[in-house]
Amino acid sequence: MSDYRISHIAALEAEAIFIFREVAATCQRPVLLFSGGKDSIVMLHLAQKAFAPAPIPFPVMHVDTGQNFAEVIDYRDRRVAEAGVQLIVASVQDAIDRGMVVEPPDGTRNRIQTPVLLEAAEKYQFDALFGGARRDEEKARAKERVFSFRDDFGQWDPKNQRPELWNLYNGRVHPGEQIRVFPLSNWTELDVWRYIGSEDIPLPEVYFSAERQVVDRGGMLYAVNEFIKPREGEEVFYEKIRYRTVGDANLTAGVRSEATTIDEIIAEVEVTRITERGATRGDDKTSEAAMEDRKREGYF
Amino acid sequence: MTDTLTSREDTHELLRFATAGSVDDGKSTLIGRLLFDSKALFDDQWDAVEAVSAGRGDEYTDLALLTDGLRSEREQGITIDVAYRYFSTPERKFIIADTPGHIQYTRNMVTGASTADLALILVDARKGLVEQSRRHAFLCSLLRVPHIVLCVNKMDLVDYDEAVFKKIENEFAAFATKLEVPDLTVIPVSALKGDNVVNRSENMPWFQGPSLLHHLEKVHIASDRNLVDVRFPVQHVIRPHSNDNHDFRGYAGQIASGVMKPGDEVMVLPSGFTSRIASIETADGPLDEAFPPLSVTVRLEDELDVSRGDMLCRPGNQARVSQDIEAMVCWMDEARPLKLRGKYAVKHTTSDVRAIVKDVQYQLDINTLHRDESATELKLNEIGRVTLRTTKPLLCDDYRRNRATGGFIIIDEADNRTVGAGIIV
Ligand SMILES: Nc1nc2c(ncn2[C@@H]2O[C@H](COP(=O)(O)OP(=O)(O)OP(=O)(O)O)[C@@H](O)[C@H]2O)c(=O)[nH]1
Ligand SMILES: [Mg+2]
Repeated sequence: MSDYRISHIAALEAEAIFIFREVAATCQRPVLLFSGGKDSIVMLHLAQKAFAPAPIPFPVMHVDTGQNFAEVIDYRDRRVAEAGVQLIVASVQDAIDRGMVVEPPDGTRNRIQTPVLLEAAEKYQFDALFGGARRDEEKARAKERVFSFRDDFGQWDPKNQRPELWNLYNGRVHPGEQIRVFPLSNWTELDVWRYIGSEDIPLPEVYFSAERQVVDRGGMLYAVNEFIKPREGEEVFYEKIRYRTVGDANLTAGVRSEATTIDEIIAEVEVTRITERGATRGDDKTSEAAMEDRKREGYF
Repeated sequence: MTDTLTSREDTHELLRFATAGSVDDGKSTLIGRLLFDSKALFDDQWDAVEAVSAGRGDEYTDLALLTDGLRSEREQGITIDVAYRYFSTPERKFIIADTPGHIQYTRNMVTGASTADLALILVDARKGLVEQSRRHAFLCSLLRVPHIVLCVNKMDLVDYDEAVFKKIENEFAAFATKLEVPDLTVIPVSALKGDNVVNRSENMPWFQGPSLLHHLEKVHIASDRNLVDVRFPVQHVIRPHSNDNHDFRGYAGQIASGVMKPGDEVMVLPSGFTSRIASIETADGPLDEAFPPLSVTVRLEDELDVSRGDMLCRPGNQARVSQDIEAMVCWMDEARPLKLRGKYAVKHTTSDVRAIVKDVQYQLDINTLHRDESATELKLNEIGRVTLRTTKPLLCDDYRRNRATGGFIIIDEADNRTVGAGIIV
């Protein structure tokens, strides 16, 4: 420390903390989106650090597709209780039951999360929504501002983003509009894993490798669970896998891995040749611009 | 095991750099090449780009597709907004902002350059300096990007001719003398073929300098930070209303410049009250000293009235407290120009004020740097010098001395858009 240099991870942490505080100080009703996935776990951790020793001054919200890994939901509830924050659950199942959204024939609920998210934002009048998205995840995300303006319909207009200079973030909105805020914008997957390691942040077990019953779909390994049942003619076998991301249990594939500790995961991520989404997400491949299109509609 | 432990605690220095230069000069291609040749790409990213390129019938895989990720960018073959990319080498960790060259999107270039430690200004060797190269060079100097690298690109299209390179180098050097460019390096490259990007080129034996990546790894940035002037803009007051921490009152913020230690005497601006730093808190425990860019919580020995927008500094080294602000302004709104007597919102450090434009002193011609003193407004992409009167004093420094306390943004109060960037002079 004597030469006044800090590691890049420490610089990223300082930036994220600045962003959390800036929103808390300037926005009326912020909320942190929390799914129990590793990025949102890091977000909650950073939010706690930003306001310590005071509690986090905003609630957290889970847009719950009802297609989660059970263990991740347990983790979510435990963590939220520990942090002493209010948890709001916006339920996609409930929205389907009310007829607000229609479940797609293939049963994937990723896309119908968006109207549920927007409805909840309107109901609670949230003007700033923290998300754990990182720019290294996907090419449309790589283009997005830290403070990303969304209009009355929750839409992102990639051709007309607010300029964002220095660390002078503009969080001003009219009622009905929102800012999506991404404190982890400049983090990479490896940064997140290293940070989890250096901060000793506990994670749900799905992130660690274990022998799991899987099926192979188009080269991706899906663990057999409540949502993934082997199809006609599909072979079920045992494989050591872990999850690099945790999205919906019916959409997220695991990766072959021997890593049972954070250090072992870091060592694997350091040499991996495939991006996190490429290795694990069945939902981004539909078209070249799938993510951009979903973001335009109001998705995270 | 030891290996992973060291990598977990690795202390890579972070270098942020941005591309600049005119449309089609090869900025995105250069970034693609840099990522490709330094093996910073994932296989699936490369496969996706290869497939799109092949599908379009490109002769070779278009490296620019690695950063031009939006639908409209791919349709038009240009960059529209900044793309951020990340990579690291054993030497450093890099954050790249690949910015658009098209004049219509100058505001996005400014966005990318405002936080950069270094700017790569590209020039097409066949075309030499064009107006947009000058505009971007000027903006980089205005934003005081501390290090500039001029990349004379597309050397493959001029037979790797040293004379072409020298001519552009001299032309730029002549223009740069009129600007403030603290550190300039010039490198002949071919982004398409890879010459002098990661590897030294065999096609240009006459060039003795480093490859671009080598320069990015070695350029000295540690002393760019201002560790002299203590400036701590208060962001948020932390007062836990709990029994355990009943008396805790801390001022949260990110250190803009200078080094702070417990026991230091500090002055609160704008009130002028003084106290001493009781402790510098973080969630990981108190610090013996704190410096930029750390985010901390400062506690003072005395109970003073301190709130967001106030600033801690040293009694013998204070920020300026002023409601009359002289600034260079880059206007970024296409709908409405900046107008004499116009009223705007201004965000400066952690403070939000309103301001009126008292005077438009001149508008600058980017090519000649001639000052048009008859101007009364600034239109999209125009740069000029203005005088503002703010409703509350700004706690500021000249931008040239302090990037963190010398810059502000101008916001349209009607639609909340960020419409201007200001640099205090
Ligand atoms: N021959 C040759 N062509 C190049 C070189 N660098 C870029 N190009 C080509 O020049 C064209 C424009 O390249 P881009 O990388 O998209 O240019 P840009 O500067 O990013 O453009 P904007 O972002 O729209 O301002 C593409 O067709 C590239 O293949 C080079 O070194 N040699
Ligand atoms: Mg480009």
